[in-house]
Amino acid sequence: MKFGVVVFPGSNCDDDSYHVINKVLGQPVEFIWHQSADLAGADAIILPGGFAFGDYLRIGAIARFSPVMRSVEKFAKSGGLILGICNGFQILLEAGLLPGAMLRNAGLRFRCLPVYIRVETTDTPFTCAAKLGQVLEAPIAHSEGNYFCDAPTYADLERNNQIVFRYTTPDGRENAAANPNGSLAAIAGICNRERNIMGLMPHPERASEIELGSADGLVIFQSIVQWLSRRGESGQHETRTEPAALRV
Amino acid sequence: MLETEIKVTPELAAEHGLSAEEYARVIKILGREPSITELGIFSVMWSEHCSYKSSRVHLCRLPTKAPQVIQGPGENAGVVDIGEGLCAAFKIESHNHPSYVEPFQGAATGVGGILRDVFTMGARPIAVLDALRFGPINGASAAAASPANITAKNRHILDGVVGGIAFYGNCFGVPTVGGDVAFAPCYSGNPLVNALALGIARREELFFARARGTGNPVLYVGAKTGRDGIHGASLLASAEFTEQSQQKRPNVQVGDPFLEKLLLEACLEAMHTGAIVAIQDMGAAGLTSTSCEMASRGGVGIELNLDLVPQRETGMTPYEMMLSESQERMLLVAQRGREGEVIEVFAKWGLDAVEVGRVTADGLLRVNWQEETAAEIPAKALAEEAPVYQRSLAPPSSARGKGPLLQFAPDETDLTENFLRLLAWPAIASKRWIFEQYDFMVRTNTLEGPGAGDAAVLRIKETSRALALTVDGNGRWCWLAPREGARAAVAEAARNVACVGARPWAATNCLNFGNPEKPEVMWEFSECVDGIAEACSALNIPITGGNVSFYNDTLGQSIYPTPVLGVLGLLQDASRALGLAFRNEGDTIFLLDGSAEQSSAGPASSANSQRELSSSEYAFALQGIAAGAPPTVDLAAEQRLIELLLALTAKGLLHSAHDVSDGGLAVTVAESCFASKDGLSAEIILAQSDPTEKAEIALFGERGARAIVSCAPDALAALRESARQYGVGLQAIGRVTRNAFRIQWNGRTVIDSPCDRLRDTWAGSLKSLMTS
Repeated sequence: MKFGVVVFPGSNCDDDSYHVINKVLGQPVEFIWHQSADLAGADAIILPGGFAFGDYLRIGAIARFSPVMRSVEKFAKSGGLILGICNGFQILLEAGLLPGAMLRNAGLRFRCLPVYIRVETTDTPFTCAAKLGQVLEAPIAHSEGNYFCDAPTYADLERNNQIVFRYTTPDGRENAAANPNGSLAAIAGICNRERNIMGLMPHPERASEIELGSADGLVIFQSIVQWLSRRGESGQHETRTEPAALRV
Repeated sequence: MLETEIKVTPELAAEHGLSAEEYARVIKILGREPSITELGIFSVMWSEHCSYKSSRVHLCRLPTKAPQVIQGPGENAGVVDIGEGLCAAFKIESHNHPSYVEPFQGAATGVGGILRDVFTMGARPIAVLDALRFGPINGASAAAASPANITAKNRHILDGVVGGIAFYGNCFGVPTVGGDVAFAPCYSGNPLVNALALGIARREELFFARARGTGNPVLYVGAKTGRDGIHGASLLASAEFTEQSQQKRPNVQVGDPFLEKLLLEACLEAMHTGAIVAIQDMGAAGLTSTSCEMASRGGVGIELNLDLVPQRETGMTPYEMMLSESQERMLLVAQRGREGEVIEVFAKWGLDAVEVGRVTADGLLRVNWQEETAAEIPAKALAEEAPVYQRSLAPPSSARGKGPLLQFAPDETDLTENFLRLLAWPAIASKRWIFEQYDFMVRTNTLEGPGAGDAAVLRIKETSRALALTVDGNGRWCWLAPREGARAAVAEAARNVACVGARPWAATNCLNFGNPEKPEVMWEFSECVDGIAEACSALNIPITGGNVSFYNDTLGQSIYPTPVLGVLGLLQDASRALGLAFRNEGDTIFLLDGSAEQSSAGPASSANSQRELSSSEYAFALQGIAAGAPPTVDLAAEQRLIELLLALTAKGLLHSAHDVSDGGLAVTVAESCFASKDGLSAEIILAQSDPTEKAEIALFGERGARAIVSCAPDALAALRESARQYGVGLQAIGRVTRNAFRIQWNGRTVIDSPCDRLRDTWAGSLKSLMTS
């Protein structure tokens, strides 16, 4: 099992993801330069947070054209796991690997603070080790995390159980004050229909060691490890056992 | 060439800010009249900002030596040993003038500049802090009788400055972990933006800015050169503001944090090749200062060919290129024959790295352009032989602080309403609205972020250690009594670092003052330097560098003398880092007082305390009074308190620690409640310390050498024993509760309010002021 952390010019949470995978989880991990077409044999790819290409033009708009993204797309099609955190999520949206778009935060300012997110489905490789309805504490740090999509897309997300995390209060209730950026339906993270690509705005890598305030985010990395080792054992490469996954 | 035809005259020299004597000296050094390019070069290098010509004679009084100091003042940043083969590079710098002219870009490039200072040393930046001073942003109080247009402008400046710091630090990927903010009318025309950056390096990986090796190539790396920021150092930062200051906007640089992030990664990677000899960032005075300073430090010369300098505009003259302050650029010296390795690394990051010159043996800065020599000046004359002034000093003609003193409330007054007003006061209120705009967690080292502890605490990965960092400085106190105020700034910063469990290890200072040509300002400066020197010596804290910012005057009005101290602390055991939040209901609350047991001061008199309280934030917030005199700093008491705090945290006896400072004991206790995770409150019972004491003194007085700590009730005996051992007064003053917030003084309840009401007032004030 091996993780790959993509480094774009301007990525700045690449070291943090690497640290958690390597030092906290003890799993092999390698950096992948954005100009590389080779994913270094990784089983799971992380698109880290930061300001790829300075967020110029439009967030993620330049990063999606980096050579590495062709390989990431191919990897995704073959069922490989891809986790986009913050800027990584924004890049996945821009690349069309996840549906929807980001707007400026309600309030129009960058916000950095711990938030609470509720696990809306455990039927993903990223949440399979979590409990349904479990509330995780993890920080956000962004100015454009206000998730938006049109009504048909939202209906699709709901129907296919693609909403993975919602912003809630610490005890798991949804309300306006708990939604830090104005996201549609308090969405904090979604996956694709095939469930092998997930993006989320909060930073699980900043919430994986209790001395930093929370270790709740670790469950996301642990889920990936658990899912990959189960897949390794069964020799299976499908991302999902239910029929829905086959509607590619 | 048009430019070379410009005849340099004494009048032109004066326009460049050079006095007649200075111009005569230029002619003597050169043995001829300077070219226009040479005049430009002299004018920036000999500007107050670059040459420290007014401050140099005083700065040498600061203590700079200690076993842990690897690099003291004089390099891009100071460096101290922090054990396990690691060292910390850190420095504070001002960007005051640009931040007034263009708040967003001024503050952003201030952060960018100090970050470059740190990573040119080979250290990866791990934290930024900012000390900010603004004019009043609210008109509600008697203190801020400023007109609405002034307060609106001050809010605009605050908004822009915070936005600029966030813009730069967040994108660059360095956490902004702390800082301090204060307000006074004198900063309306002259806000202060002081940015401190901290980086970590392995000791053997440090880099210095000393050019060596005749024939070695000089490489220009990073952004292209444009016409921005020309004369930023000489005309913007080294002169007072007038009505025309907005016209100086072209002197302000524009920042690109993305480019700087690339520059950081490329520089650190290139340093690892071993092919770099010396490197310096192009900050103030750009290409001029980097080339002559690196040459001068290394005792060599540098020859530049300006035709090779990457340019973003066409038709630039040597004068413009040498004086441009375009951001995100570096100059480095590589080993001859290995420059290709350096260029390759920069190419990977998409950055220019171009050979623009070479190291020479003749000690000259020679600037060639289009087959001509545009300048030829001894590098040492520029970098080290600027005029040094022993400017005249004189205490202010009328003693300060003589104004009306604070009027005490009648004896039976309930002080809850006053307390609420104090909590809503911008200097006291929660700064969440500000720090939430900063990414304070990136790089996952932040153990104590903004508002969590008295100092920010950052772990050092792969070790058990952590660093603590804080910035402090009370301008009002320094105005009332410069030496005492400066001593207090050091003492408070050291106390803050000790409250999180770290030993004060080294300091950097940013000295913000008015026009040094005014004897009063120079006297303030000299007094403050002495105060810092006394306190740093007493507390064993070496100064490893810093920055002087003079000419903080607008329309003849000087700012308060405002030395800002950044103190770095070292924790051997990161797991012992202590926050300021109360942790458990039922814990006992103690007041630790370094002066209580061995007080050298006589018994307090009511007249003394009235004068003392008149200098407090309480007096300013409620009655608009800045008068009297600050509390006397007892450095021995501070030292005792620091040692006790370190002993207690090392033993893990405490649940929280918070020093008593702005707003006094009442605010200190309240902040420990507000920071608690689950809405804890406190009940405090204070005895009258002497028959003349008033409730307001006990609650809001700001005397130093004190801290509020909490611990489990069964730790009392151990605490008492340690306090006795270190000679610090220990007084149980209350307990942590879930009831209303109450303070009883002299048998009477003086503050009584639901804690939520206090918290909401404190938490919401700044946001509502800034967003209404």
